[in-house]
Amino acid sequence: MIKRRREDIVASVAARSLKRDAWERLTHNRMARIGGSLFICITLLCLIGPFLSSYTFDQQNLAYGAQGPSLKHWLGTDDLGRDLFIRILIGGRISIGVGFAATIVALLIGVTYGSLAGYKDGRTEAIMMRFVDAVYALPFTMIVIVLTVTFDKKSIFLIFMAIGLVEWLTMARIVCGQTRALRKNTYIEASLTAGASHLRILAKHILPNLLGPVIIYTTLTIPAVILLESVLSFLGLGVQPPMSSWGILINEGAQKIDIYPWLLIFPAMIFSLTLFSLNFIGDGLRDAFDPKENHSA
Amino acid sequence: MLTFIARRLLQAIPTLWVVATATFILLRLAPGGPFDDEKPVAPEIKKQIETHYGLNHSLHIQYFQFFGNLLKGDLGPSYKYSGWEVQEIIAQTFPVSLELGIWAFLVSLIVGIPIGIIAAIRHNKPSETILMATAMVGICLPSFVIGPILLLLFSLQLEWFNPIGWNYPGDRVLPIMTLGLLYAAYIARLARGGMLDVLKHDYVRTARAKGLKESLVVYRHALRTALYPVVAYTGPAAAGLISGSFVVETIFFIPGLGPFFVNAALNRDYTMVMGTVLFYAILIILLNLMVDLIQMWMNPRTRHD
Repeated sequence: MIKRRREDIVASVAARSLKRDAWERLTHNRMARIGGSLFICITLLCLIGPFLSSYTFDQQNLAYGAQGPSLKHWLGTDDLGRDLFIRILIGGRISIGVGFAATIVALLIGVTYGSLAGYKDGRTEAIMMRFVDAVYALPFTMIVIVLTVTFDKKSIFLIFMAIGLVEWLTMARIVCGQTRALRKNTYIEASLTAGASHLRILAKHILPNLLGPVIIYTTLTIPAVILLESVLSFLGLGVQPPMSSWGILINEGAQKIDIYPWLLIFPAMIFSLTLFSLNFIGDGLRDAFDPKENHSA
Repeated sequence: MLTFIARRLLQAIPTLWVVATATFILLRLAPGGPFDDEKPVAPEIKKQIETHYGLNHSLHIQYFQFFGNLLKGDLGPSYKYSGWEVQEIIAQTFPVSLELGIWAFLVSLIVGIPIGIIAAIRHNKPSETILMATAMVGICLPSFVIGPILLLLFSLQLEWFNPIGWNYPGDRVLPIMTLGLLYAAYIARLARGGMLDVLKHDYVRTARAKGLKESLVVYRHALRTALYPVVAYTGPAAAGLISGSFVVETIFFIPGLGPFFVNAALNRDYTMVMGTVLFYAILIILLNLMVDLIQMWMNPRTRHD
């Protein structure tokens, strides 16, 4: 009985030390709170909105054509008479979905590669990280463009794979640096002496300690990926019409900007708001996990 | 110093080889070839065209041919712009991209550094919040959003500039702003962080303690160190400016290298894609080397690395 209670106390103290503390600092950061609620609103709207709408993203009404915002079409229609609001919501599903999916790809590769490189001594690490440096020095967008034309570009799955395959590099760098610092701690040595395998040390001691930087960088990768997907779609290399994505909508809007300006303004607004909210969450997380440091970049 | 440069240049060779090989393989994995048009050509004619460009050989022979020509400094003919060599296209279009990039970079430095420094000096004052919030807005308005909006405002509504083209000095204003302001925002954030960091150092306290004016402390003592992060960022920024220019050149119909590259990738213009990728890879490697040298010159502590 007594033993159990002690465990509870220990658990609650441990939980408070990093995650709880960071969470409290995060929720006290006004900009992060605004960003967080905004992002949740946008995501929910994109997920649920299309079920409640009486239009579909590819339903044309050529007779109606392009009309400005009205009660019937809240954000207006494009020149094929398609409802812009629903197209933005569906596009949001794609853009946010690709953002998360590609970030997960980048996260898995980056953390695995980085922690292995940082954990291994000397030569292996040097070779692994030199490779990252070499690829890092190349123009990202060009690599992604070549990757997207290589794969069947109509597949969204391959677009986020291609983006993920490029975005993992920074994650690997950050994780590698952190792991290298952690490896030198005496408690790692202690577990090794106690007979723990390297895999166990990585899983039990290294990875949990990487949580902070990984969470922060993950949050900052999502907007970067959303941006990259939109750039690709904007250049005609990403998601293909009639499917919708924020990059495509902004591209279509940009082409007709002189006659139907709302086609650019509304997608651009929601796109920028999303990036805004995600960046504020990322900045807030950075302050929350590492309040001493003065963060800038 | 010279050994450092030589070592870096030697290291670049395997990198370039990997990039070239990877691009080669990826391009050949891509479905379709450069001469698969929508209008079907008679098979004999297609075969003849392919023989002309050496595409009839097996892949590994093409690979060695490409590298053989590359060592002679020949990137081969473009498949889509017949009669043009790839290096001719690059020589024609790259100066435009370069001009756009350099100006945009200068704008981002001239706008970004003062904003960051002022924000740092006014730390925890409302003016800092306003400046940094503006910078955040800049970061969240990527070039393909801000470009069309600037175009709508200044070309179509106010009619100050031509909406597209690259013929008169005025045509350059909007593209340069579109490309430069985003990086100005990043640089402002970096400069602010750097300056805040430096102002905590002991030598700054000493400078203040001996009674120097605040402006002298900031500009003579702190500024140089505060700009390290900005200088370190110029490498990635250069890579970003290049890919950013693809978008800006598309928006404003600028005859730079960007649209050629995107079209080449879409049309399986193998030699053109390979040539452009290699060209930019070399450019970025050289730029990074230059950035490292500038860093070593500015900060003696990095010299022994």
